[in-house]
Amino acid sequence: MTFKKRPDGRKFDQTREIEAKAGIIKKADGSAYFRIGKTAAYAAVYGPRELFPRSQQDPKKGRLRCNYNMMPFSGAGERVRPGPSRRSKEISMVSEKALLPVVDLSDYPNAVVDVFIELPQTDAGSRCAGICAASIALADAGITMRNMVSAVSCGKVDDKVMIDLDYEEESYEDGDVADIPVAMVPDTGEITLLQMDGKIKKEDLKKAIEMVKKPLKEIVEIQKKVLKERYK
Amino acid sequence: MGELLVKDKEVVVPGEIIAEGMDYLPSFGTYRKEQRIIANRLGLLSIDGKVIRTIPLAGRYVPRRNDMIIGRVIDILMSGWRININSAYSAVLMLQEATFKYIEKGANLSKFFSLDDWVVAKIIRVSSQNLVDLTMKGPGLRKLDGGRIITVNTYKVPRIIGKQGSMVSMIKEVTGCRITVGQNGFVWIQGEPEQELLAVRAIKKIGAEAHRNGLTDDIKKFLDKNKVKTKGEKQ
Repeated sequence: MTFKKRPDGRKFDQTREIEAKAGIIKKADGSAYFRIGKTAAYAAVYGPRELFPRSQQDPKKGRLRCNYNMMPFSGAGERVRPGPSRRSKEISMVSEKALLPVVDLSDYPNAVVDVFIELPQTDAGSRCAGICAASIALADAGITMRNMVSAVSCGKVDDKVMIDLDYEEESYEDGDVADIPVAMVPDTGEITLLQMDGKIKKEDLKKAIEMVKKPLKEIVEIQKKVLKERYK
Repeated sequence: MGELLVKDKEVVVPGEIIAEGMDYLPSFGTYRKEQRIIANRLGLLSIDGKVIRTIPLAGRYVPRRNDMIIGRVIDILMSGWRININSAYSAVLMLQEATFKYIEKGANLSKFFSLDDWVVAKIIRVSSQNLVDLTMKGPGLRKLDGGRIITVNTYKVPRIIGKQGSMVSMIKEVTGCRITVGQNGFVWIQGEPEQELLAVRAIKKIGAEAHRNGLTDDIKKFLDKNKVKTKGEKQ
């Protein structure tokens, strides 16, 4: 059996439904909620604040620290073991590196900006949702940012190139699957995150990355819109 | 010819293109990239002739010289005190700036300010690495006794104070409380318990609606509606 139609009836270049909101965690300096289909992410930003231990301080510029966490009940049935894991540490690190190129912390030497990304519900594409939420939350916290970052995944199931894979598509077993999360600054075209799981041909990879540019632009517009809505 | 793409006094977000062409100059909260001026902070756009800047709407307090702030003593040093000023950096109040009194060598510094005391102080120096020095010598600078402290967003402090202090003096008048607003977002209120609560509610309301027009009238109505009588006062 070959893969002809997407299980939820979407077109191959169509993302899942997106919902976003800024400023939902009162105690935080900046916060955001970002949902794409059944994947939901909360991001809270605290700081700039004092960084301890002192040995981690950088007198030239402030530090950005991301923490990605999937809640125990967030996955598809199986309990996610709480606490840091190899996977969550890696995603924390890549999220940080996806955001760092736009964030300017030179005004805050020796300080730290903490970003906490929590996922109450996941259905693939969680690091992308996390990065989108973190980008809104950082802007909401009044951090100096050159531009906004948006992220969504693209990839290939069997012989079809598509964007924003959900869990069912990602775990398709009768053919090759490639899942490629992409984070980008759409206004300048810089790619800040590009990872891949699975197998894909060179031409298909190029095609997938071309295909993902349009939804990334749309996501950035949503991000900007929700930030403005907060002050209406 | 330069072209403005966003209207004055509108909210801009990072990455938003504000103007095109070389006729405008980027200032605080904006930067130039080739022909465009782009915002790099969330803020309210403010155009002054050719200069484009943004007024921040959110963020932590950044220490600035000559700001009057309220802080809490968090540590006692060899010759001074370390003060939390609601920012990423703590401040130091040096012995010679703390009081006009003569302090003997080796005196117990907690006699003057002990841990968890609140003080009103002024920033005299901020270094490039954001080391902050305070002074307590000046009018209105003192140790705070009693009352309560609430925290508001530092960028809403100008609205709480109002034009020439109109807003805060209105709250003081209605509630009969003593109020001190620090630039760093700490507000000290002291008065009758019910009146204190009313003042807190009024200040929180200003914080939540700071970006609206005609706020002074709204707050006046709010205070008149919720006025509490003090004991012994006749109507």
